[in-house]
Amino acid sequence: MLLPCRLLSSVAPQRLWVGLGSRVTGSVNSLTSFRAINTSPKDASTPAVQHAEEENTSTEAAKLKKPKRAPFIKNLFLGRFDKSVLEFPEVLDQDQHELLHEMVVPIERYFLEQVDGPKIDRDAKIPEETLQGLKELGLFGQQIPQEYGGLGLGATEYARIAEITSLDGSIAVTLAAHQAIGLKGILICGTDAQKEKYLPQLACGDWTAAFCLTEPSSGSDAASIQTRATLSDDGKTWLINGSKIWISNGGFADLMTVFAKTTKILPSGEKKDKVTAFIVERSFGGVSSGPPEDKLGIRGSNTCEVFFDNTPVPAENVLGEVGGGFKVAMNILNSGRFSMGSSGAGMLKRLLSWSIDHAVNRKQFGNYLSEFAMIKEKFGRMSANIYAMESMAYLTAGILDGQEDPDCSVEAAIVKVFSSEGAWKWCSECLQVLGGLGYMKSYPFERYLRDARILLIFEGTNEILRLFIGLSGLQTAGGELREVVQKLRNPLMNPGFIIGKGIERFRQQKDNPKLDLDIAGHLHPTLQPSAQLLEYCVKRFQYSVEMVLAKHGQAVAAPKNQLDVARLADCAIDLYAMTAVLSRASRAYCIGLKNAAHEIQLASVFSAEAAERIKTRVRDLEIGPVQNHDDLYSRIADAVVENKGYVAEHPLTRTFW
Amino acid sequence: MSLRVLVGVKRVIDYAVKIRVRPDKLGVVTDGVKHSMNPFDEIAIEEAVRLKEKKIAKEVVAISCGPTQAQETIRTALAMGADRGIHVEIPAKEVEKLEPLHVAKIMAKLVEQEKADLVVLGKQAIDDDSNATAQMTAALLDWPQATFASKIEKTDGELQVTREVDGGLEIIKVKLPAVVSADLRLNEPRYATLPNIMKAKKKKIAKMKAADLGVDTSPHFEVLDVADPPVREAGIKVEDVDTLVTKLKDAGRI
Repeated sequence: MLLPCRLLSSVAPQRLWVGLGSRVTGSVNSLTSFRAINTSPKDASTPAVQHAEEENTSTEAAKLKKPKRAPFIKNLFLGRFDKSVLEFPEVLDQDQHELLHEMVVPIERYFLEQVDGPKIDRDAKIPEETLQGLKELGLFGQQIPQEYGGLGLGATEYARIAEITSLDGSIAVTLAAHQAIGLKGILICGTDAQKEKYLPQLACGDWTAAFCLTEPSSGSDAASIQTRATLSDDGKTWLINGSKIWISNGGFADLMTVFAKTTKILPSGEKKDKVTAFIVERSFGGVSSGPPEDKLGIRGSNTCEVFFDNTPVPAENVLGEVGGGFKVAMNILNSGRFSMGSSGAGMLKRLLSWSIDHAVNRKQFGNYLSEFAMIKEKFGRMSANIYAMESMAYLTAGILDGQEDPDCSVEAAIVKVFSSEGAWKWCSECLQVLGGLGYMKSYPFERYLRDARILLIFEGTNEILRLFIGLSGLQTAGGELREVVQKLRNPLMNPGFIIGKGIERFRQQKDNPKLDLDIAGHLHPTLQPSAQLLEYCVKRFQYSVEMVLAKHGQAVAAPKNQLDVARLADCAIDLYAMTAVLSRASRAYCIGLKNAAHEIQLASVFSAEAAERIKTRVRDLEIGPVQNHDDLYSRIADAVVENKGYVAEHPLTRTFW
Repeated sequence: MSLRVLVGVKRVIDYAVKIRVRPDKLGVVTDGVKHSMNPFDEIAIEEAVRLKEKKIAKEVVAISCGPTQAQETIRTALAMGADRGIHVEIPAKEVEKLEPLHVAKIMAKLVEQEKADLVVLGKQAIDDDSNATAQMTAALLDWPQATFASKIEKTDGELQVTREVDGGLEIIKVKLPAVVSADLRLNEPRYATLPNIMKAKKKKIAKMKAADLGVDTSPHFEVLDVADPPVREAGIKVEDVDTLVTKLKDAGRI
């Protein structure tokens, strides 16, 4: 039996091809070496891929050019499934792997021995000595290149360390605000001069950084910020005026990435306001911070207002291009999001262990809690969800590390949405297992729950990210499908097309799409049923994308159509999760990891339930807003909003005696 | 006077792990169990590195006798500031049977080869609690020994060591070269920082076998049985001292 597994190559997949002297279009993937040899170039299900050329067989993996692939989820909206994703990435070489393993030990010890979580929460402050210890450990410069004094870690290593720093929410957010967003702009699009000037002191923590975008009237709508930067007459200095709100590390950051509106005069003479990103040192003057906000959770993380009063910023401190700030902001946010998956999973794994410890020791009604089905269900479901979170996080990290210039914006958003909601929900369930004890401050559960709540809000609210996921995909699809959609919306003018598409649509309408992607061929045979489910879901998703485009056209982005976009986004989330868990479980089984059979179970049950959810959403899209109740809820909401409150009469109201 | 310091580091089961007796009752479960450096050895390394920072020592060599994974322990020592490592590889099945006398012989041989001036060891390993290796090493080398050190000061060609003994603190002077064993309050070991862990990758670890040093590691004794300590029983309250004394006499305790 052909086992499509990685046993064949413990080396970079590309090497297998060199020996064969052949080049095959489609995924560069040793997993498919048996089947793909016969893959016809017309295999439309895999996007065209530029090959990594290898200079000679003995070249180190590091010198291999990374493959460039089209974005996975965006293409899924077109029904294109890049099967290379089914090969779970292995990006670290043995040295990096050992190094990571070694680094994890002292970080964990430091957190367990030197970090007093309850005290940080009570005092709403991280002690200076604790922060100093974190700086000495090197945690402030994880992704800064070694030449600037940082650790030069990639996304995968950063994600792994995030599993440990999540031991304390306040510290995790302080570290993330500093390096995942605060200084990330310099890493992504800083000039060499800017990097040399600022990165060394940021790497060792002598300077800390903050990301200043949000304003009182501009949260989700980031492009509407009003902080202004005006250029001096001699063109050498920008003056920044404005105020920012809810800035993590805002009270003490020495360096801030500040976003402000700048006026551009177009060739036509018209004035246009665009966002520009600036590197602002507190020492430039005119920078002041408000008092720290008193928060529900992550209370040790400093959050405050930051005011800029004629702050002079030299022109060489513009980050990226003048007017290109919005893109800079989005790139920065996109690049840090995926680590929420691993930090959430790390936290949940710990809470799970503690809950289990309670459940196997506490007896009620003569049985241990762990013997009751309702408790067991929590542990089972939670495990499957942690598995999905981890798998997606490391799959995304693997793509970021392993591909050339990857576009993971949608995938990262998916990881963030899934992980934040999972962290909140399962933290709550763990607390529930402990009952009254879980509610007490003497146990850590309530603190983790409060710390987790912010995850659904910052770094892009989950509502915005669902729109982002849905609309990015629709935009990709819409671009390519424009003609298709045009014809779908004008059936009478395009009878030939409609008839041609008719069979496909007929099958879709009967909920029986043709499964021709051969996803099962890229996974271990044990996962065949799940692979079939995934393929079915991919097809149904493609159909629902076409449906939504046909139904709404350009108006798909209108406020009233958000629920349909959200349905597509939720499908995309479940699809990415299914892909990640199946890819990972297949690899685990193929390479013979301990407890691989358990992983197969996790992947199978998660996929089965994800498929059901996708089915329901597609059906909801099919039956339309009246039958899926969107309309009714909208009208209820209108009434309630107009009434400025609940509308129904009190149950005790009488009209007669 | 710049000393070359040899420090022994042992890979043991992590102190926080719940130990389980193996089914064959001849040892404890080590498979898949978290291991780390013996805490007293961390203190030993820390002291040696501090001596180097005070310019009393010129080189710190970390030595471990153990399986392949002992290299991780040596790497931790390197990350804490040791300059190089020596791994005396002991096959996995023989690790359990390695005795303090074997390690002492190995250390003595390495002292000769490396021309060391000072040996610092942890006072005992937390797995076998032998508290013997430092003493045996000193005897084999015919060197002075200062065990259970809680403070070490250098004075012209000699070490003044404060020892923690049952009666309190004892301060002795030992001539160099000497063997010292580190006790709990000697210092608080530093955390291996991530940049140092990366730098440690470039430091060398020499590999050898016990036989290369002419040391025979055949066991001198045989473990007959390993068992859990008896489960703690409930206590009882008594009314007065007389009853207490009677009960203790009956139980044969006094």
